[in-house]
Amino acid sequence: MIPAQFDYVRPDSLAHAFRELASDEDVKVLAGGQSLLPLLRLRLAYPSKLVDVARLPELAGVHDRDDHVFIGALATHDEVMRSAAVRQGCPLVALAAATVADPAVRHRGTFGGSLAHADPAGDLPAVVLALDGVFVARSAEGEREIPAARFFVDYLESALRPGEILTGVKIPKLGDGWGFHYEKFHRTAQAWPIVGVAVAVRRSNGAIQEARIGLANMAPTPLRARAAETALQGTELGDQVRQACGEAATGTAPPADLHAQPDYRRHLARVLTHRAVRTAAGAP
Amino acid sequence: MTEVGKARRRKEDARLLTGRTQWTDNLRQPGMLHVAFLRSPMAHARITRVDVSGARGMTGVVAAFSGQDLAAEQGSLPCAWPVTEDIVIPDHPPMAVSAVRYAGEAVACVVATDRYLAADALEAIEVDYEPLPAVLDLEEALAQDSPKVHEAGNQAYTMKVTSGDIDAAFRDAPIVIERTYHQQRLIPAAMEPRAVVASTDGDAYTIWTSTQIPHVLRVMLALTTGIPEHKIRVVAPDVGGGFGSKLQVTAEEVLCLLLTRRLGRPVKWNESRSEGNLTVHHGRGQVQRVKLAADADGRVRGLRVELLADMGAYLMLLTPGVPLLGASMFNAIYKMDAYEFGCTGVFTTKMPTDAYRGAGRPEATFGIERIMDELAAELKADPLEVRRRNWIRHEEFPYTTISGLTYDSGNYEAATDKAMALFGYDKLRAEQADRRDRGDPVQLGIGVSTYTEMCGLAPSRLLKEARYAAGGWEHGAVRMLPTGKVEVITGTSPHGQGHVTAWSQIAADALGVPFDDITVIHGDTAIAHKGMDTYGSRSLVIGGVAVLQACEKVREKARKLAAHVLECAPDDLEFADGAFKVRGTDARATIQELAFAAFTAHDLPDGVEARLDSEATYDPDNYSFPHGTHLCAAEVDTETGMVRIRSYVAVDDVGKVVNPLIVEGQVHGGIAQGIGQALFEEAVYDTEGNLLTSTLADYLLPSAADLPDFVTDRTETPATGNPLGAKGVGEAGCIASTPAVVNAVVDALRPHGIHDVAMPCTPERVWRALEGARS
Ligand SMILES: Cc1cc2nc3c(=O)[nH]c(=O)nc-3n(C[C@H](O)[C@H](O)[C@H](O)COP(=O)(O)OP(=O)(O)OC[C@H]3O[C@@H](n4cnc5c(N)ncnc54)[C@H](O)[C@@H]3O)c2cc1C
Repeated sequence: MIPAQFDYVRPDSLAHAFRELASDEDVKVLAGGQSLLPLLRLRLAYPSKLVDVARLPELAGVHDRDDHVFIGALATHDEVMRSAAVRQGCPLVALAAATVADPAVRHRGTFGGSLAHADPAGDLPAVVLALDGVFVARSAEGEREIPAARFFVDYLESALRPGEILTGVKIPKLGDGWGFHYEKFHRTAQAWPIVGVAVAVRRSNGAIQEARIGLANMAPTPLRARAAETALQGTELGDQVRQACGEAATGTAPPADLHAQPDYRRHLARVLTHRAVRTAAGAP
Repeated sequence: MTEVGKARRRKEDARLLTGRTQWTDNLRQPGMLHVAFLRSPMAHARITRVDVSGARGMTGVVAAFSGQDLAAEQGSLPCAWPVTEDIVIPDHPPMAVSAVRYAGEAVACVVATDRYLAADALEAIEVDYEPLPAVLDLEEALAQDSPKVHEAGNQAYTMKVTSGDIDAAFRDAPIVIERTYHQQRLIPAAMEPRAVVASTDGDAYTIWTSTQIPHVLRVMLALTTGIPEHKIRVVAPDVGGGFGSKLQVTAEEVLCLLLTRRLGRPVKWNESRSEGNLTVHHGRGQVQRVKLAADADGRVRGLRVELLADMGAYLMLLTPGVPLLGASMFNAIYKMDAYEFGCTGVFTTKMPTDAYRGAGRPEATFGIERIMDELAAELKADPLEVRRRNWIRHEEFPYTTISGLTYDSGNYEAATDKAMALFGYDKLRAEQADRRDRGDPVQLGIGVSTYTEMCGLAPSRLLKEARYAAGGWEHGAVRMLPTGKVEVITGTSPHGQGHVTAWSQIAADALGVPFDDITVIHGDTAIAHKGMDTYGSRSLVIGGVAVLQACEKVREKARKLAAHVLECAPDDLEFADGAFKVRGTDARATIQELAFAAFTAHDLPDGVEARLDSEATYDPDNYSFPHGTHLCAAEVDTETGMVRIRSYVAVDDVGKVVNPLIVEGQVHGGIAQGIGQALFEEAVYDTEGNLLTSTLADYLLPSAADLPDFVTDRTETPATGNPLGAKGVGEAGCIASTPAVVNAVVDALRPHGIHDVAMPCTPERVWRALEGARS
């Protein structure tokens, strides 16, 4: 379809970008455009101006820091899935990024864009939530950090304020003993998850000591499966784990759409969580 | 080696793959304007007011029209297939005037200097609608108290044909199985969305359009608009796929022609994918009641089929006839004593349906191949064994079926044996048994489809019997150029099939000229002046034969000239390797030399024209009946409902093959499309009649990543009805694969007491079927 008219700017500095963002009420940040442009083309959004952040160096690249990996907002899905720093420091992110869409979209779509868009059906929001990432946002007023648990406010709504730009996300490195898996359930290879489950588990002495579970597309925001996380503590692979994963849908509010009704999504969340936990825990 | 039979790379591809193409949307005309249509957001409503004045004042807007503005000249879109005497063919204005009957119907348009301004101006048009109830369900639509889509009611037609004593076949039959199957609506999704450019020089018109049918369209545009036929030229430039969706006379084509007439300037329209999902005619859309009677040993006695066919809101070019293309095909490859087929065409407030790859035959094949599996289950017998007991044996051909068609040739045994060997049938059955025993959460299902189909549309005499408004001949012509190069002109209109290559192979053999010395011209009514175009797997078996016959005529003309040049009697000449030789001597004249001799005309015998060119029109006596055996192994995850195709074997018999690479491509694409129907695709309307699957994020098409590697092979039983021995292949894969896949899904679930899953067999549907069985 054909978008309505809008202005376009591509600032070279953050300062310039902030001025542009303040210039009008209906200004929007443009990153890879893979979520925003479809909205424009379907005339579901009518921004007056797009501020393309592609040239802002502060948002670029993936940086291996002591206790965390800083993934710049502009890193594309493709960059993220191939990054050695990500694969070593936070492999779950690489696993999930590799399942996003298709190669074309992965080369354009950005890590920051996918999070700022706050689509509960996105693969990465659930992952960053499971890993307790910390969002770094900049505005003319300065920089602030937002913990993942407070970033996803509602359907397509993040904690970013007007005029704020997400520069990147700090993903804490988990120490030894952790295993990871992203279980994505979708009907065609390039589709969003009907349900996605991101899991990190720490195992020792044959039992699961700690589990972190992020759920995609099970509510208007990505969720942590807290009840299952608690139930999993101290369980051994087998019936105990299966039973604990039965809690995966507790507290969810899954949507109904063409691909799944809520009861089916709840069922999937339980099955997929079980599978993801087993794989993350290294089950054969 | 002859050219025919070689796996020639396609001549078309270098150009297509490097983007040196000319899609309609690439065309620019001086002063060209852009058209955008405002489309109804409602499925059914009376239009009480349309005010386009807001749009008229906007920047770049040259004109804006409502349906009322065009009412006097727009006529009614044609339906060329009045299948019964008393069929109701409602008026179908290209732009709605007083009522809309499906969401997406055009109600107004803007013509502007660019596409963006045109789209913006649509938002300034005001339309008042008085909502009317949507009519969505086929059975409810036929109820007495249903709201009406048209004055005359919701039944377009009803018909029934019987052969044999159907009551006797069912009376006291030891086995009677009755099933209802739903053929969901599908949205043809050609790679290239539709586009139209129309221009006029004052009294003559040219329309470039992404169509499969430039020739048919020209006739129809003349009849619809009143513009004399000789003043209309239709060009199909590069066309990126159609699958039947461009076998149509569309509202947009007619309206663009009217707009260029009004404004005296060229206009262009091109659709977005979402606009296309809404307004490209849909395919399938049937409720099938299938009832089968058999003896205790599994011999089929009789078959009763009753269809409700969703016409959508109007009857378009072939709408009512599409389900009837399956009328003679439910009996398929099986012998039986009696057969009854009935069909009722039903109006609904949805996009009209029409031909979509296979058109009527996929639906029929699905119905019979599904119920043959049910018969096997009832008998606790192997589904292939049950088919063997019933199919026409190869020594019985030609065979006249219970529905009255005469199959010229076939060998179901050979295709099935080959497919079973390639598939590892017994081994997979053993694995299936093992998984069942172990209670593996991932169960294995094996699906069978021993299909045949009726294509090569079609013998004109048979089309008359079917009440189709036109014939089914095809035209071919050959121009021998002075230097011995060859132009083949065809009435077929390829849009991805590879006719340029295949026709070159046919002509190369027939004329003895090199493959590279031949060019094939098509798709422009001013140049390829006669044709019936491309659909129904007809191009090779009719159009290819016309080309062959035109080449043979060139040869006969050349023979006369050669006899003159070589000073012998025509009968003393033999033709081989592109030259006439006087038998028993070394004297020879090549076809190129003769072409030059015809060109100089210095020494032509009396009565011989200064050209070797020729034309031929071929009309077959019978349809073409490809067949084959497709086997599918599917893994069904009983915890999630996910279906994964593990292996797929297709052995097709399409008779003599002109180009195996092209056949392979057609089979692959066809299977993918059939799998699309089985597992992925469905046009979904909500309870108000709004299309929910308006983007490809909602309407799921399988991509290569979602499909297994197909194992394909062939048996070759030549067709006896045409000199090429070829059978159509364009739709076979799509016809065969859908039931193979669904049979596999059901086969996996049968131990759970499940004997059907509605298409598409989505994970949720499979899971719900299992949940239902568990409770
Ligand atoms: C065909 C297709 C399939 C897809 N499949 C999947 C899938 O399977 N899984 C999945 O997770 N996603 C999928 N996506 C979405 C894809 O991941 C997008 O890349 C991503 O959602 C958005 O990233 P972007 O850089 O394109 O952002 P844009 O589209 O440019 O922006 C998205 C939103 O974020 C805002 N924004 C972007 N960057 C910033 C920033 N730095 N600071 C503040 N605000 C910002 C924009 O203003 C906008 O509101 C798919 C997309 C397509 C087109």
